[in-house]
Amino acid sequence: MAASGIGVSVRRVEDFRFLTGRGNYTDDINRPNQLHAHILRSPHAHAKIKKIDASKALKGPGVAAVFTGADIEKDQIGGLPCGWLVTDRNGQPMVEPPHPVLVADRTRHVGDQVAVVIAETRAQARDAAELVKIDYDEQVATVGLADATKKGAPLVWDQAPGNICYDWALGDSAVVDAAFKTAAKVAKVDIVNNRLIPNAMEPRAAIGDYDLAKGNYNLYTTSQNPHVIRLLMSAYVLKVSEHKVRVYSPDVGGGFGSKIYHYAEEAIVCWASRKLGRPVKWTADRSESFMSDAHGRDHLTKAEIALDAGGKFLAMRVVTVANMGAYLSTFAPCIPTYLYALLLAGTYTTPAIFCEVKAIFTHTVPVDAYRGAGRPEATYVVERLVDEAARVTGLDVAEIRRRNFIPRDAFPYQTPVVVQYDSGDYQSTLEIALKTADYSGFAARRAESAKRGKLRGLGLSTYIEACGIAPSAVVGSVGARAGLYESGLVRVHPTGSVTILTGSHSHGQGHETTFAQLAAERLGVDFDKIEVVHGDTDKIPFGMGTYGSRSLAVGGSALVKAMDKIIAKGKKIAAHLLEAAEADIEFKDGTFSIAGTDKKKTLAEISGAAYVPHNYPINELEPGLEEQAFYDPTNFTFPGGCHVAEIEIDRDTGVVQLVSFVAVDDVGRVINPMIVEGQVHGGVAQGMGQALLEGCVYDQKTGQLVTGSYMDYTMPRASDLPTLKVSTHNTLCTHNPLGVKGVGEVGAIGSPAAIMNAVHNAVAPFGVTHVEMPATPERVWRALQSAPKAAE
Amino acid sequence: MPTVAMMVNGKKVSADVEPRTLLVHYLRENLGLTGTHVGCDTSQCGACVVDIDGASVKSCTQLAVQCEGAHVTTIEGLAQGETLHPMQEAFRENHALQCGFCTPGMVMSAIDLVKRNKSPSEREIREWLEGNLCRCTGYHNIVKAIAAAAQTMRG
Repeated sequence: MAASGIGVSVRRVEDFRFLTGRGNYTDDINRPNQLHAHILRSPHAHAKIKKIDASKALKGPGVAAVFTGADIEKDQIGGLPCGWLVTDRNGQPMVEPPHPVLVADRTRHVGDQVAVVIAETRAQARDAAELVKIDYDEQVATVGLADATKKGAPLVWDQAPGNICYDWALGDSAVVDAAFKTAAKVAKVDIVNNRLIPNAMEPRAAIGDYDLAKGNYNLYTTSQNPHVIRLLMSAYVLKVSEHKVRVYSPDVGGGFGSKIYHYAEEAIVCWASRKLGRPVKWTADRSESFMSDAHGRDHLTKAEIALDAGGKFLAMRVVTVANMGAYLSTFAPCIPTYLYALLLAGTYTTPAIFCEVKAIFTHTVPVDAYRGAGRPEATYVVERLVDEAARVTGLDVAEIRRRNFIPRDAFPYQTPVVVQYDSGDYQSTLEIALKTADYSGFAARRAESAKRGKLRGLGLSTYIEACGIAPSAVVGSVGARAGLYESGLVRVHPTGSVTILTGSHSHGQGHETTFAQLAAERLGVDFDKIEVVHGDTDKIPFGMGTYGSRSLAVGGSALVKAMDKIIAKGKKIAAHLLEAAEADIEFKDGTFSIAGTDKKKTLAEISGAAYVPHNYPINELEPGLEEQAFYDPTNFTFPGGCHVAEIEIDRDTGVVQLVSFVAVDDVGRVINPMIVEGQVHGGVAQGMGQALLEGCVYDQKTGQLVTGSYMDYTMPRASDLPTLKVSTHNTLCTHNPLGVKGVGEVGAIGSPAAIMNAVHNAVAPFGVTHVEMPATPERVWRALQSAPKAAE
Repeated sequence: MPTVAMMVNGKKVSADVEPRTLLVHYLRENLGLTGTHVGCDTSQCGACVVDIDGASVKSCTQLAVQCEGAHVTTIEGLAQGETLHPMQEAFRENHALQCGFCTPGMVMSAIDLVKRNKSPSEREIREWLEGNLCRCTGYHNIVKAIAAAAQTMRG
């Protein structure tokens, strides 16, 4: 099985269809007789809706209907539910406001959905939308995070005084305070984790197709987790029985978190399809994506770390304000709490940590998980703090990390922030990365850059992440309103080919290849006789989908369990056919044999016997060879690693160019190295975007989205990136059957801190100690212009 | 409605279209050629790049009626049955695609680059891709694939 099993860079099954234009994305699908929907969105951050007059629009050519919030209320359509309840430091539940699919009385962010126009063609729906007269009474908006809690700030929700959703804390503040009193040195940072707009290249789309004959809803949608959408939409929004709803996510053009959530448009097209008796299709414009896809990050943080005289970390204190936007998106409350504060130990032995998080409502687009979700924010705080600690102690940035790493022989390692790491080797990843990056040669490169008038900087990030979020009982105890297991079903066909059905969803990750490799290895079946099916709730078992780098660690583990059931049943059948004791049957490379003999049966022969049970232990075994499993992890997995960035700054323009990037990641067992490297490349590019280019900007007075298109929001382009040097140094996860950890997010988690540390390193000779992220040319130029020292 | 006739992937096609119909919508909706994608509304993402009379063009910047008599090649017109064009093959071999959404535009644009510059340097490839956005790959393997395809196409 070496040719296509575990550890081989098998070329992807998916690629032929994508390369020949035969992918099948939601907007490529058209249902017979379908109508087209256009959503009318609020042009104001905060306004009362006084009156909506659709009479002219209804007379427009091809117009079938105009629906508003009043129609939604009349039909008792529910609001979008939030999937995580955070309890605050006083034991009180977070403020959980309603989230209507069409607002009836008040809009709360630019892009809030106010009405839907449905017509024969998309163009007709848009034309008619211009004829809908909406009388708004514009109100003062709360936009900036810094001002949102100030007295007199306009309230987003009356039930949330001070615009506070929750005020949460983790750790023992008294222990931390005591440690700070004994400190030889204290390092501090006051930083912004910039708000990002995810920008998967495929805009969201949805088609609702109500089948009157069967009374079934069919939803085609751009989702990372179709079963989650089916559950939330049927139980809370449409209030119809779940078995009458099919959700199908075909090829999905990237997600990065933004396609996890249940969005209003999904419910609107299903509801409207039933009302109008025809399929209804909606596809977002990019400008709609900017103002309606959930955004990411958006934290303000003050943090400090106490050190002893030898540079050992004694304690850390972190105070964060996190933006929720105007409504609570599906998983928003858990991102700045359980996916953030639990990672603040990083890769270090810091014994005491205290973290406070205030989650705040503002009149902006809801904020939720975006690639990394909480963990890039934690990494940025910890790794900037460590570099600042190196500065105040005068230690080398690598050396201070070495002095504080959790040693390789200390696992399992209990951190002071709840989680227990199972495995890791942080010092080795650091040393390999330093060697690959030629750390010792940096001074010469810096001098060479200086000759060309450029400022060169090098930055490190020795990050940790937690993925494969789990176990269900634990997340449930801290507010998750869902389980976080995964399902897998393995169907061996009568002639021995295999179909795998998984609850995980692939939107670029290449599951159709990786999961087939798993099965090829474990079942000894030829790679090209395996098909992976995902994304269709009518086909796959109930599953939780793909986010948080969970597909292989959780979904792959479910498949292993199901395959092991296949093998166990196959042994029983083989024992019968070979007239041997079951205990004497071995399974290897697709063949069942009696140990120590040449008597054997192939998996295809066994499945043939199972489906044509003429000679079969029918009294003990059911016919057929198909097994299903659910896997609920016993812990998170903990990938980690070291990223080394080198940047050059043009002194005249402030432009920062990333000139070299080394990533040495520990992602556990690697199934397909080519795919793993590709995931890191993409993550690093997004992290570079956060560090240097991307930042969502709202007009602080009006709440208008200033960065509302690719003309204003700077996406990373090919010329912004160097060739990346990516490798792995892996320790195995100890608690899942594959030893895998996850790789989807590591690139985006480690890289912003490494790049920003490099920027700070470059400007340090000028006495500049703080540059805000993203380090745009303007910011860097201004920092240099007002620098305390004129270096050199 | 005006009638427009053109050659698309070697076949003569003609239809009555609204004057405002963009070429990309004509390809996707009238001809069912959904391989050409729409990823933005400001002509920046490049997911809609096709070949018009030998040059790569963003099909969201052209009205269908502007293409009267033109020869248009879309991503569907590149492979010969199961045999991929060398650029497609290089993308597959070098894992230059993940979600696949930007891929058709990337491939069409890259072919035009190699037509104009038979041995593009890494810097030239990166600069050529200024009008094509990818959110998945970090461009790393796309750049590698284009360099590899250029070598194959040189023979």
